[in-house]
Amino acid sequence: MSSITIPYHPQLRREARAEWLFRGLTVASAALVLIILAGVLMALCVGGWPALRTFRFGFLTHEVWNPVTDQFGALAPLYGTVITSLIAMLIAVPLAFGIAVFLTETCPLWLRAPIASCIELLAAVPSIVFGIWGLFVLAPVLQHSVQPWLIDTFGDLPWLGKLFRGPPYGIGLMTAGLVLAVMVLPFITSVMREVFLATPRSLKEAAYGLGATQWEVVWDVVLSNSRAGIIGGIMLGLGRALGETMAVTFVVGNAHRISTSLLAPGTTISASIANEFTEAVGTLYTSSLIALGLLLFVLTFTIIAAARLLLMQIERRGARV
Amino acid sequence: MSSIRGRKITATLALGASGVATMIGLAFLAAILWTLFSRGLGGLSWDVFSQTTPAPGSSGGLLNAIYGSLVMTLLGVLIGGPIGILAATYLSEYGRTARLSTVIRFINDVLLSAPSIVIGLFVYTMMVVPMGHFSALAGAVSLAIIVIPVTVRTAEDMLRLIPQSMRHGSAALGAQPWRTITSIVYPAARSGLLTGVLLALARVSGETAPLLFTALNNQFWNANLNQPMANLPVVIFQFATSPYKNWQSLAWAGALLITLFVLFLSIIARLISGMFGARENRVE
Repeated sequence: MSSITIPYHPQLRREARAEWLFRGLTVASAALVLIILAGVLMALCVGGWPALRTFRFGFLTHEVWNPVTDQFGALAPLYGTVITSLIAMLIAVPLAFGIAVFLTETCPLWLRAPIASCIELLAAVPSIVFGIWGLFVLAPVLQHSVQPWLIDTFGDLPWLGKLFRGPPYGIGLMTAGLVLAVMVLPFITSVMREVFLATPRSLKEAAYGLGATQWEVVWDVVLSNSRAGIIGGIMLGLGRALGETMAVTFVVGNAHRISTSLLAPGTTISASIANEFTEAVGTLYTSSLIALGLLLFVLTFTIIAAARLLLMQIERRGARV
Repeated sequence: MSSIRGRKITATLALGASGVATMIGLAFLAAILWTLFSRGLGGLSWDVFSQTTPAPGSSGGLLNAIYGSLVMTLLGVLIGGPIGILAATYLSEYGRTARLSTVIRFINDVLLSAPSIVIGLFVYTMMVVPMGHFSALAGAVSLAIIVIPVTVRTAEDMLRLIPQSMRHGSAALGAQPWRTITSIVYPAARSGLLTGVLLALARVSGETAPLLFTALNNQFWNANLNQPMANLPVVIFQFATSPYKNWQSLAWAGALLITLFVLFLSIIARLISGMFGARENRVE
């Protein structure tokens, strides 16, 4: 038995060679996606190694950030990153839920597309624009009206009060959280809207048939049917909020310290890197900033990966139906 | 069970609250755009396009920053766009059902939302440190790395829209897969692929974080790709946080320019994909 060979004709052979080349190019490009991820991870590990070796686990638990004495701990930026993102989620999730309900249930049909486009427009605004808007418009408003009111109203309460003490700076963790909330709002909204729309019509009609009000249909049928998708959307928004750099750098205040008050200036991982990286002198300082980057990457990677897995599962289930 | 009246009141209140939430969201958009236009238009003048960035106190424009931004984003898209389309070609044509494709799609989705500042750190250690200096080229590469996942995502969706029967028809005529892809699939998906690249361009033209320590900034006119180059986002960052009034007003003008550019690209992309969708429907 002879093996099949390409018939001897120069044109055919050229075609086969071109096929091999083109296929190779597409495979290499696809593999590049994996290589980039591996490269980012490796570069951050190598660059952050001196700092991680020097401070070991102390890097995660120390608040001190002193370039003069070469003492670096990631606790303050880590705290700031988590707190600002939590504030953003507390504000953005209910708003996004409301907007998604409005766009899928309450809104007149002809208005749905324009409003949805407007909310998507918010996602197209570059993050640096959110930053200067936060610094020049939002921060003064918060400083002169919202924050004094918060201090007067809640400042004297026994436990809650700790969150709202100190002078109203305008810039700080709360302002950063608010700007982040506006930034992630369109992303969470669009995921929620999509999963709401995917609710089977028959389920909703059955609920209406049993005499449920429109709100009961939303709350008991649509919401419980799309729980996994909502969690996926929230986590996707959280991943964005954790890694957002420019908008936060403008308004967070850039102070390496942890204070219980939400009105106080703080810093986040990305803001620290953006502010200090080009000015960092010495191996340990630069390395500590890269180690911060590694921490941020691992944190966002975990959350985004979990969110994507969740959303992929839903897609697959949807395909099966 | 609560009374019917109670349930109706709850429904009205809750759905009313959803309307309020939408108003709040739209109010934020309106507030941002209003500030941007009112302050940006004030800072906009012919000087912005004809002069380079000034020293504090003296007058000037954003010419070098506009040039740098255009060069770096275009270069970034020129590098990242073809790679992204080729990778999408693998995912959609050669390895549609391969297990590797599932992994690549997943990793690509993760890269899509990865913090861009981390990409900046990556390019810094890979290019800036070995070369010994900041450069526009490093800036363009960091933008290209952001372009790739965006293009892969949209291009794969667009290629998948092309009906299999067209590929089968081409194969039946004896064409190799690469010929089918380049002369049948790509032309059919042309406007979709263009939309994807335009969206990627829109996405990176506002990116600041990865340029901070790759392209850095440059007070002066520079067209050398091997040197630090001014770019709008970093200039806006530097000028907006400065105490000088003329710098701040230039920052607003720059922010307006970037936003208008991004909105323009998004609208064009939407128009093209709208035409694409309309043609698809007509075929059916």
